[in-house]
Amino acid sequence: MKKLFPILGILSGILLSYALYQGLVVAPTEQTMGNVQRIFYYHVPSAWTAFILFFVNFGASIAYLIKRRPAADMVALVSAEVGVVFCTVVLVTGPIWARPVWGIWWTWDMRLTSTLVLWLIYVSYLFLRRFSSSGETPVLAASLAVLGALCVPFVYFSIWFFRTQHPQPVMGGGGSIDPRMLHALLVNWLAFSCFAFLICWSRYRLEKFEREVDHAHAMRSLRDPATNIEREPYSERRA
Amino acid sequence: MSAPGGITRATLAKDLRMEWRSKDAVNSMLFFSLLVVVVFSFSFDPSSEESRQIAGGLIWVAFLFAAVVALNQTWAREIRNQVLDAYRVSPAPATSLFAAKVLGNFIFVSVLEALMTPLFIVFYRLRSLGPIWQLLIVAVLGTWALVVNGTFFAAMSLRTRSREIMLPLLLFPISIPAMLAMVQATTAILNGEGARFWIVLIATYDLVFTSVCLLLFETILNAE
Repeated sequence: MKKLFPILGILSGILLSYALYQGLVVAPTEQTMGNVQRIFYYHVPSAWTAFILFFVNFGASIAYLIKRRPAADMVALVSAEVGVVFCTVVLVTGPIWARPVWGIWWTWDMRLTSTLVLWLIYVSYLFLRRFSSSGETPVLAASLAVLGALCVPFVYFSIWFFRTQHPQPVMGGGGSIDPRMLHALLVNWLAFSCFAFLICWSRYRLEKFEREVDHAHAMRSLRDPATNIEREPYSERRA
Repeated sequence: MSAPGGITRATLAKDLRMEWRSKDAVNSMLFFSLLVVVVFSFSFDPSSEESRQIAGGLIWVAFLFAAVVALNQTWAREIRNQVLDAYRVSPAPATSLFAAKVLGNFIFVSVLEALMTPLFIVFYRLRSLGPIWQLLIVAVLGTWALVVNGTFFAAMSLRTRSREIMLPLLLFPISIPAMLAMVQATTAILNGEGARFWIVLIATYDLVFTSVCLLLFETILNAE
């Protein structure tokens, strides 16, 4: 497993540079939007990656509630953290793209709004993890993750109906896509997923070490209370 | 009456009696939502036509904020004398405790709404163009949505540091679809338009979240 990690790192490095080349050079310039449209190759793959990670978070949380394995909890934590990062990338690149194309930074369009609400839900999840005392965090967080995931269809339907009653902003969608563009998009998605997996993995290892260190300190202070002066548990120190 | 129902009834009666004697929750909610109404009317200064457009939003935002005030106090007194710990070791089902708390909060917030709505009508010169009974349905379903999730998240944030801040942080994101539906339904009815979709949406939301909260509450209560 330890050898696999650098291999995956190099692989995602190569994939990312190839995807960059595909997105910036090989893919043709879009007719009406020009070069600005190339942000598409980062915007959309980030969104897909974030959604996958949130889905993983949901699965891992249910698994934790049923089986109570710490590994499932760590997977849930890691996927939510990295998912929020990718979702932030989506929310930042979106306005950068929208400004030159639509003339506005933000519109309360369906996709934008539901992505924002999704982001809010998972940020509140991370807040809960941060503010709850360490022993109870996994259960509370897993329950919140289940409720948050159940909320997603409601967000989607309510905003869909909310927006279809109002005039739609002009969207870039519709029509056919150049095969080279599609290729660049898919390559970027693969690269981003690979990269996300890499970050998740290293974050997972970090979390595992932290928990082992905490556990070791707890055990040592049980054996010999005098040694327990230097280090507080990691979760307390972060506060 | 079966045993779980009896526990629900006893807890509910106790909460109602305590509230009747102290009137802490309802009073603080009332004053808080009054403040919100006044501040809003200063900041928007709406005409009668405009206020019909924004009233749905104003009412529900005021009630949401006020409900958080009451919800934060729900579990606090059970902590003080280790009631929750006692409840945890007793064989009583956790869901009946949760049901009692939800019903209690539902009654408090409904009282608040009943008292505040006339004030809203006076301050914002409201006159509904749609049927009033539909507004009543929206009020009941919407309040239930706020209170079910609010009670659940209040129990959750009980275990966190700075729990008063934690409750809105958890409650608001999850409540966004319900809030949107409540506000849209209220505005539509006030303007004499149809609100069938929104009412169905809130009812579904209530159904899903009530069952999941009931399902998960025991886990939350026993989390350690």
